[in-house]
Amino acid sequence: MSSRGKILSAVRANQPELRALPDVEPLKAYSSQENLLGQLTTVATNIGAKVYEIKNLDEVKTVIQNNFGSGKRLVSTLSELGDIADTNEYLSDLPVQLADVELAILQSGLAVAENGAIWITEDQMGQRVLPFITQHLAIVVKTKNIVATMHDAYGSIGITTQGFGAFIAGPSKTADIEQSLVIGAHGPRSMSLFLLSED
Amino acid sequence: MSTMPTKDHAELAGQFNADENRVDWHDETLWWIRQKRDKAVNQLPEWELLRETASKIKEHVLSNLGNYLEAFEANALANGVTVHWAADAKEHNEIVHQIIKNHGVNRMVKSKSMLTEECHLNEYLAENGIEVIDSDLGERIVQLAKEPPSHIVLPCIHKKKEEIGDLFHEHLGTPAGVSDPQILTETARQHLREVFLTRKIALTGVNFAVAETGEFVVCTNEGNADMGAHLSEVHIASMGIEKIIPKREHLGVFLRLLTRSATGQPITTYSSHYKRPRSGQQMHIVIVDNGRSVQLGRKDFRNSLKCIRCGACMNTCPVYRRSGGHSYHNAISGPIGSILAPNLDMEKYADLPFASTLCGSCSNVCPVKIDIHDQLYKWRQVIVKAGYTTKAKTASMKMMQWTLSSPGIYHVAGKAGRMVMKYAPFAVNNALNPWYKQRDMPKPPAESFDEWYKKNRGKK
Repeated sequence: MSSRGKILSAVRANQPELRALPDVEPLKAYSSQENLLGQLTTVATNIGAKVYEIKNLDEVKTVIQNNFGSGKRLVSTLSELGDIADTNEYLSDLPVQLADVELAILQSGLAVAENGAIWITEDQMGQRVLPFITQHLAIVVKTKNIVATMHDAYGSIGITTQGFGAFIAGPSKTADIEQSLVIGAHGPRSMSLFLLSED
Repeated sequence: MSTMPTKDHAELAGQFNADENRVDWHDETLWWIRQKRDKAVNQLPEWELLRETASKIKEHVLSNLGNYLEAFEANALANGVTVHWAADAKEHNEIVHQIIKNHGVNRMVKSKSMLTEECHLNEYLAENGIEVIDSDLGERIVQLAKEPPSHIVLPCIHKKKEEIGDLFHEHLGTPAGVSDPQILTETARQHLREVFLTRKIALTGVNFAVAETGEFVVCTNEGNADMGAHLSEVHIASMGIEKIIPKREHLGVFLRLLTRSATGQPITTYSSHYKRPRSGQQMHIVIVDNGRSVQLGRKDFRNSLKCIRCGACMNTCPVYRRSGGHSYHNAISGPIGSILAPNLDMEKYADLPFASTLCGSCSNVCPVKIDIHDQLYKWRQVIVKAGYTTKAKTASMKMMQWTLSSPGIYHVAGKAGRMVMKYAPFAVNNALNPWYKQRDMPKPPAESFDEWYKKNRGKK
């Protein structure tokens, strides 16, 4: 018999009698829907993100021009940022060719207040490796797209057909050396979160 | 075939205990992480409901695992992923080796996977001329030190920054004497970035595998799993059969529990959902049994398969904190390792269920409500019955059984014990008695409870 057959028959021989699958609905009753913007801002700041409340994308440009200067490689999935970042050519690069990206500016459709996590799907990444390989990451998310908890988040995203998606919460970090927190492990050294309040 | 370890937990813990300052530091560091966990947990009034829900989801999965594994496989295949099945560690390693050979390369980058530690994949591949570089910072550090990880979440928690500085000076060219975590981490970032950009094959672990969608989720703070996987031409993901959860919505439960329990963070920086390979990439999933289906059949111990590898039981354990992860001589250390290991080799790991005070703290913090301390106690019965305890323990247990078998013998023995403690303490207070390694004996009472009762209450 193949290993597949052996494993499955051993599992079936040894698994206990069927136990009921619990409902996750009761957990949703605990989600606090109050002041989601404030909750998200506090938690995201605590995990090392820099939060900006903005009214339009021009404010994103101002922040970026003040913080990232010129001469560096900036890429974005937002066509509105075409005058400050490459919004097209990087898409045909090999993943390794994105190693010199200084800043990637992406858009997300969902933020989670309880943990500062931003859900971002493959098509919002431009290339899968981009939000990880870039030295700095900026994400724009509309304030109306903030949900309270992870239960609400999965309720909202459902079962996407995307090949890859990730929750990203703050810049990359490690505390492997004597539990000293260091920001900028293998991924971005900073994360800027732009909370856009237009409708 | 099993071989007895050259040193058991008590002996290895003794080595760790030789440096008292280090033990104190290790103890305090882990307790600090336990306190961070408490702080995070106390912010959620629904914490106990979360634990209960997670526990029941896992119990349901274990009771229907055959169907869920087949559903997961079917969905993963439909997503364009190649699925392999490995009955044991050897087969897992051979499958991974074959994928690497098929791709015509001789090196690979690997993110954190306790399963590959359990299977000793790195050693196997090294023997076959394949170089593996571990990309998690803590794992890279212990790899450079030629040591196994001492903790499943914090692989080099036993190492001081000065020791890490020495390793980096030797292997990565930092100036001698540099031990600033910021500088050392930046050095590792530069070193591993070059590795990520040049490796064609990346292996990751799996935190959760969703039957409903065929996707798997990998959680890291560093971003190393994603750097490896998205830059690779071939992504291999190794998972134990127990990693299955039924639906995507259940990730909401487990991702809320995992990192709060592990480090006190509300979530890991990255929770990546891998469903399909990117265009031009190959994705392989290796589903591994390696004794898990046997454990599933052990009524008293099957709940150990609910574990989500958060490490909370280690951080809280008074024995783990003071004996260090290496004293467990198993890929997974601490309380959870001590109930998983005897299933793999009862003789080799016979000492581990005894490396506990049975205080129950592990069970109290476990996010999926595994009855860890009860299982430790039950493994002791199984191990003694199977005859795997040491000769000294068997002899002393027999003596105890004889003493307790008759009131007469018990009273004489008690009187003799008090006499010895009073007039000849050196007979027990000596190097032959391990109790005295770190403690003193309490002062013996002048009389037994029985004698006191007869004098004060027995007159009526």
